[in-house]
Amino acid sequence: MEDINAIQDEIIGEFEILGDDKESTIYYIMELGDQLPDFPETERKEDNIIKGCQSKVWLITNLQDGKIQFLADSNTAITKGLISLLIRVLSGRKAKDIMNADLYFIEKIGMGNIIGSQRSNGLAAMIKQMKMFALAYQSKIDA
Amino acid sequence: MSDLVEVIDSRKKIDVNKIREDFPVLHQEVNGKPLAYFDNAATTQKPLQVIDALQAYYEKDNSNIHRGAHTLASRATAHFESTRNHIREFINAPSSEEVIFTKGTTESINLVANTYGRKFIQEGDEIIISTMEHHSNIVPWQMLCENNNAILKVIPIFKNGELDFEAYKKLLSPKTKLVAVVHASNALGTVNPIKDMIQLAHEYGAKFLVDGAQSTAHLPVDVQELDCDFLAFSAHKLYGPTGVGVLYGKRELLEKMPPYQGGGEMIKEVRFENTTYNDIPYKFEAGTPNIADVIAFDQALTFIKDCGKDKIHAHESQLLAYAFDKCATIKGFEPIGTADEKVSVMSFNIKNTHPFDVGIMLDASGIAVRTGHHCTQPLMDWYGIEGTVRASFAVYNTVEEIDRLYNSLVRIAKRKN
Ligand SMILES: Cc1ncc(COP(=O)(O)O)c(C=O)c1O
Repeated sequence: MEDINAIQDEIIGEFEILGDDKESTIYYIMELGDQLPDFPETERKEDNIIKGCQSKVWLITNLQDGKIQFLADSNTAITKGLISLLIRVLSGRKAKDIMNADLYFIEKIGMGNIIGSQRSNGLAAMIKQMKMFALAYQSKIDA
Repeated sequence: MSDLVEVIDSRKKIDVNKIREDFPVLHQEVNGKPLAYFDNAATTQKPLQVIDALQAYYEKDNSNIHRGAHTLASRATAHFESTRNHIREFINAPSSEEVIFTKGTTESINLVANTYGRKFIQEGDEIIISTMEHHSNIVPWQMLCENNNAILKVIPIFKNGELDFEAYKKLLSPKTKLVAVVHASNALGTVNPIKDMIQLAHEYGAKFLVDGAQSTAHLPVDVQELDCDFLAFSAHKLYGPTGVGVLYGKRELLEKMPPYQGGGEMIKEVRFENTTYNDIPYKFEAGTPNIADVIAFDQALTFIKDCGKDKIHAHESQLLAYAFDKCATIKGFEPIGTADEKVSVMSFNIKNTHPFDVGIMLDASGIAVRTGHHCTQPLMDWYGIEGTVRASFAVYNTVEEIDRLYNSLVRIAKRKN
């Protein structure tokens, strides 16, 4: 849990440096997206699409040493950038920590202003999906 | 002598800086940059004259029209009807009774589909539209065809965004009852040879509806010269308010058509046994109309007249040519729609970049464009693309703004090209 918050604070710090320069902020988010590891071509299928996003977002997971790894991709660079932030915060964590994570960085960096209200719904859908995956893994562990 | 030449030349041109003073919305910063508004095909900004007229109406004249015996009601009625007459002049309709107020282009088209269409389109009849139609000139006809068992035919286009005229000729037949085609495409900018198309349709006895949503602000539109049977357009794309549209129809057709909606205003007498309908145009204007916005629209028409449509067109054409020439040098710039005859719409994609990303990066630089399918999904499917970025220019846009667009696009294109 502490790790999750440490990363969130790190992101908040980075966005503070950008200030309210929207141009730099947008380009920065897109560059972050560019740095995501390649998404396997075979997984770019309907089943892996998150519903509720305006852009197409593919999300897959696997469990490594009891920790959930997320891999994602999108057809738009801005969404890919946003999801890269979520991955940075949530990937490689225990299911329980993901489920309980309070993602305060989103509001702190003013994401609503950056992406507009329609996209904010998409972002909420991404987070929900990530937490759902965590819940599913957790129930397997508990079973 | 050269001084005089200069003076004469400048008189032929639009004084953009002066015009911009009339548009308060343009003088603001967006994301820390001066706003460059290039989404004019979606809706134009409104000059002070229009904004003031709206305010003045509510401050001084507000009342319901065609009813009250009092002074305010007659003032409002006079303004309302004088706007109708100015619209008649604007499109050179034979009489103002052929000018019907609606909510917009969409409602104008639906009105025709639901009245003329329901009554006069029979089973097996054919309606022709084109590949580049806006959804509002597709779906009402699909609904009508489904209801009346009629058949919808689609004119194909060429890669440059021009209509395939020969194919159009082949689609026409005695079965064709109606042709509904856009005068200027909102997604491509293509200006269609509407006059020749109308003449041909008439040879087969078919009626012709012109979707003038994008042409009326930029080109001369004379319904008598075109000889169109219907013309639909929206005030908000003509520097006027939202919520006002126009349907022009030839008198003999309007008189034959059943009413659209029932209610007040559209009746002569109402009895429980039977009701008689009002004369045109009121037969199609049930209920209290959008009085304030109609009256304010009058000021938009005056604004256009004062600018001079030929001058507006010259200015916008110059901007379009300038923008295209400049952007064509950008690596990865892919124009969509390169017809010879165009209104000031520059539709394009940047290679390896989603149109939405282009839009959001431009917005971050204070530049407003439209991205997506522009309500022309079948057209986008035809091109095999998800959408485009569209910059559309109006009378108040400047060369400097286009330079900013260009500079931003250079940076955007560099990311992935
Ligand atoms: C070509 C065309 N037709 C129809 C419409 C619909 O106009 P409105 O939404 O004002 O009814 C538009 C508006 O985008 C258009 O560009």
